[in-house]
Amino acid sequence: MLGRDAIRQQKREDRKAAYGNKLDPTASSQKTAGLPYPHRLNFYTVPPKDEVSLEEFEQWAIDRLKVLGEIETCLFRNNTPSEIDATLRKLLDKYLPLNSNSSIPESERSNPRRFVGLTNERKKDHYSHFILRLAFARSDDLRRRFTMTESILFRHRFSTDNTVERAEFMDSLQLNSEAVTDFEKVSLAEELKAVLISGSKMPAEKAGRLFEQEQYLKVEWDRVSDLVEGRKVFLRKGYAYVPNSMLLSLVMAEFSKRLDEALIKTARYLPHLDEDDRLIPILNHLSKGFTAPEYTSSTSLASLSGETITASQIDNLSSHFPLCMKNLHTSLRRDKHLRHFGRLQYGLFLKGIGLSVDEALIFWRQSFSKFTDEQFNKEYRYNIRHSYGLQGAGRNYKPYSCQQILMEHPPGTGDSHGCPYRHFSIENLTVAMGRLMGVEDRSVVNGVRQDVEAKKFHLACNRVFEYLHEKELKRKDAAAGGGGGGKETITHPNEYFDRSWGLKNPGKRGGDGGEGRVKEEDVMMA
Amino acid sequence: MAPHKTTPDYDSDDAMQDVDSMQVDSFGANERAAITDNLENMFDDDLDDEPMADASNVQKHSSGKVNMTAISDIPSANPSDPEDMLQFYSRLFPWRQLFRWLNHSELPSTDFAHREFAFTLHNEAYLRYQCYPTFETLRRDVLNLNPSRFEIGPVYSMKPRDRKQAKGSFRPIEKELVFDIDLTDYDEIRTCCSKTKICIRCWQFVTMAIKVVDVALRDDFGFQHIMWVYSGRRGAHAWVCDKKARKLDDGKRRAIAAYFEVVKGGSQSGKKVNLDRPLHPHIRRSHDILKDDFRQNILESQDPFRTEKQAERLLQLLPDRQLNEALREKWDSTIERPSSDKWKDIDALAGSGASKTIIPKVLLEHKQDIILEYTYPRLDAEVSKHLNHLLKSPFVVHPGTGKVCVPIDISKLDEFDPDDVPTVTQLLKEIDQWKNPVKKEEDGESSISRVSDIDKTSLKPYHDLFSKFVQKLLNAEKSIPTEKATKIKSEGVDF
Repeated sequence: MLGRDAIRQQKREDRKAAYGNKLDPTASSQKTAGLPYPHRLNFYTVPPKDEVSLEEFEQWAIDRLKVLGEIETCLFRNNTPSEIDATLRKLLDKYLPLNSNSSIPESERSNPRRFVGLTNERKKDHYSHFILRLAFARSDDLRRRFTMTESILFRHRFSTDNTVERAEFMDSLQLNSEAVTDFEKVSLAEELKAVLISGSKMPAEKAGRLFEQEQYLKVEWDRVSDLVEGRKVFLRKGYAYVPNSMLLSLVMAEFSKRLDEALIKTARYLPHLDEDDRLIPILNHLSKGFTAPEYTSSTSLASLSGETITASQIDNLSSHFPLCMKNLHTSLRRDKHLRHFGRLQYGLFLKGIGLSVDEALIFWRQSFSKFTDEQFNKEYRYNIRHSYGLQGAGRNYKPYSCQQILMEHPPGTGDSHGCPYRHFSIENLTVAMGRLMGVEDRSVVNGVRQDVEAKKFHLACNRVFEYLHEKELKRKDAAAGGGGGGKETITHPNEYFDRSWGLKNPGKRGGDGGEGRVKEEDVMMA
Repeated sequence: MAPHKTTPDYDSDDAMQDVDSMQVDSFGANERAAITDNLENMFDDDLDDEPMADASNVQKHSSGKVNMTAISDIPSANPSDPEDMLQFYSRLFPWRQLFRWLNHSELPSTDFAHREFAFTLHNEAYLRYQCYPTFETLRRDVLNLNPSRFEIGPVYSMKPRDRKQAKGSFRPIEKELVFDIDLTDYDEIRTCCSKTKICIRCWQFVTMAIKVVDVALRDDFGFQHIMWVYSGRRGAHAWVCDKKARKLDDGKRRAIAAYFEVVKGGSQSGKKVNLDRPLHPHIRRSHDILKDDFRQNILESQDPFRTEKQAERLLQLLPDRQLNEALREKWDSTIERPSSDKWKDIDALAGSGASKTIIPKVLLEHKQDIILEYTYPRLDAEVSKHLNHLLKSPFVVHPGTGKVCVPIDISKLDEFDPDDVPTVTQLLKEIDQWKNPVKKEEDGESSISRVSDIDKTSLKPYHDLFSKFVQKLLNAEKSIPTEKATKIKSEGVDF
């Protein structure tokens, strides 16, 4: 009886979408026909129809949220897919188990009662997904993160599914694709083979065999845009030639595309929910539980040291900067200029350490010394004020986290932003560490090199932090009774600064700027 | 979901009034009065009468501006004098073709009416979210505001001016897929010019980029309606106008941008091209196109490895230490040996056994990477990634150079020289000079067979090129409706 109105609203919408795509989930094959959930996997195209109790509504959603929250934490730690899979395996058993049809002995599958357990698992999976849709449809950011984490959950299940059942599920999706004929395959052999084995360093003989076994599908390129993005497929006249071994990508693209569209539709129906005073508090609570670990600049240096930061202090304070910011600062001093994303990354960081908008304008004006006042006012003033939320959209932008710096806007030619551990060549990184941070200790440099090779960029940064604050950390450790405090991984440039400043100025503040943040992360993981 | 396309805006009269009243809002009343004043002095007749760009005006221009034209050849004169700009927009700008291009049909539709235009005024004010039901209203506003330039944004779900009335549902729906090539991104590898300077030698970077991108857009992605436009100073824009391209969301635009990205990394990244082998067919093709250009445009023309410091950069990109030492030794003895000789030295020394550790395949791959690093397009990816990115309109005058942003004839790409692109001052002079001989025969009825202003100038070939492009696009759009109609029909059944 709960959530009925709300879910029904969405049901209508989504059913349209589902049937519009000629997708009827109940039409399935063989023995499982007639069951509410013939497949283990679900594309969530049809909203739930049955009633659920308030307790189930909340509990199921919370269980799923725990899984999604953990996925986001994994992403944040830059875990590899196999690491994520390992984490998920345990977590899903506990919170959201989903067994395959083959878990029931062949001989008993004709007995519908044997499927009750499976059906309940699948129902929970199905309902919890739709409940969270309601909770996370409300903003762009929530929608984006919901689609991302749900997609990873789906990928995990898809890749662990029984091959036969997966094929049945794929058939039920009816992706618009066309098999490439042998004739066409042979005529494009050179191109297709080049793409197939690119980067694998495979001996020619093995490559030839692999290619012969491979079968190709032809789809419009934009259905596999992630494969196009990585040049993982051959393109001709608007069609991508997708080898069977890459089908996962096709399915994933379809999954997130449909989910994105459905979320936008859901968002449009959210206002209708306002009348339901039982659901709203639960949904609000749920979406708050999905808060990304984000740096909160409220405890900035400005308030802690008792005086405001001025533009002239930045040079001195830069000794507490992580390498990325130190590099930007040095580039700025050298070139008297920074390009767009550099200004953004560095400007928001400075805002995060407590530089007021007035001081920021002074800082940037002085730094851009080769520009005239007129040029500066014309080209840059607006952007600086904008980043403080005083102009344009009025949004109060947050300093970039390591995650954002690593993932968004890779630097192009002439750019100085980004994460040096990721975006510098190893030679230049070594030079930069020595010149900018004074890190020349061979064991640290080698450690960094290994971290970088393993793509653990934040570990490299933390390694440098620990090396530079070795003494202070030890002292603090001793003071804390050797509890090994201060070892939390830094995942935000401002956190690096706060902790560095705190360690070097122990009297002036609580000593550990990371605390506020870490707690927030705990909330999300809990 | 394309309902916005189905109802053409027939009540354009109402809409025009709407625009006028909005205009007062978006523009300070005082400033407006000042400009209209100025305008009325210049044009006492009806502005909407485009082909009648008449003798009285020209008269005024030629008499009042004698000094102006005289000093127009001096580079220090303001290349984009506001009054010249006004003349240009009233007499030479192809308004009708612009409208047809963006409207995709002859009847006014939301494709045009919901399109965002953004103006940069001479006082540097920036007006966004302007929109117009027809080209006449757009033209009138441009003549009113006399912007130093204007840009084209996406088609929105509703009129951009009405965006505040609708919460949430205002969003960009479609825009051409665009690319931006700018020579500033080549500053670290071009030796002839830097910053805003440009010459025919470094223009070859743009030419090479266009070749590679154009063929990939056509052969790989299957796009057909691609217009290349000179950006007015040191680069070029591509407008991919196929319906499918216009409808791409940000994710797919990002995918295309990444597909094209080969030269990666910032100023500290070292070797900037690091490709997996075998090369992807697109890269393979690009390399095959570019390798001859590398010899001519880079080694000979740019000569980027001539000095010792430059040569050191080349050595950094090569894989073998022993070979490098042999090369360094050879080059030390011949100061400033030309780049093409140095390039040949690489293979010569490698073949002569100067290094025992060299692997020919690795050397070859590194040489390919170097060729690409110096020739492969460096696109400003951010421009291509976002549906709601604004881009300067074709045929706008570049305020810094006075040059018109003309379309580039891709079939004669190698002949294009930015130096030949007419400036606004030059075009106005051409009109003046053309006028004189005709005037002598003007006593009879000859004024009936008026020659349009464009035909009097060197802008004509560019104008014709644009018209031809637009016509082809419109023809293609016409064949789509059948497909669309059936689609709508089937959707209707489903709902």
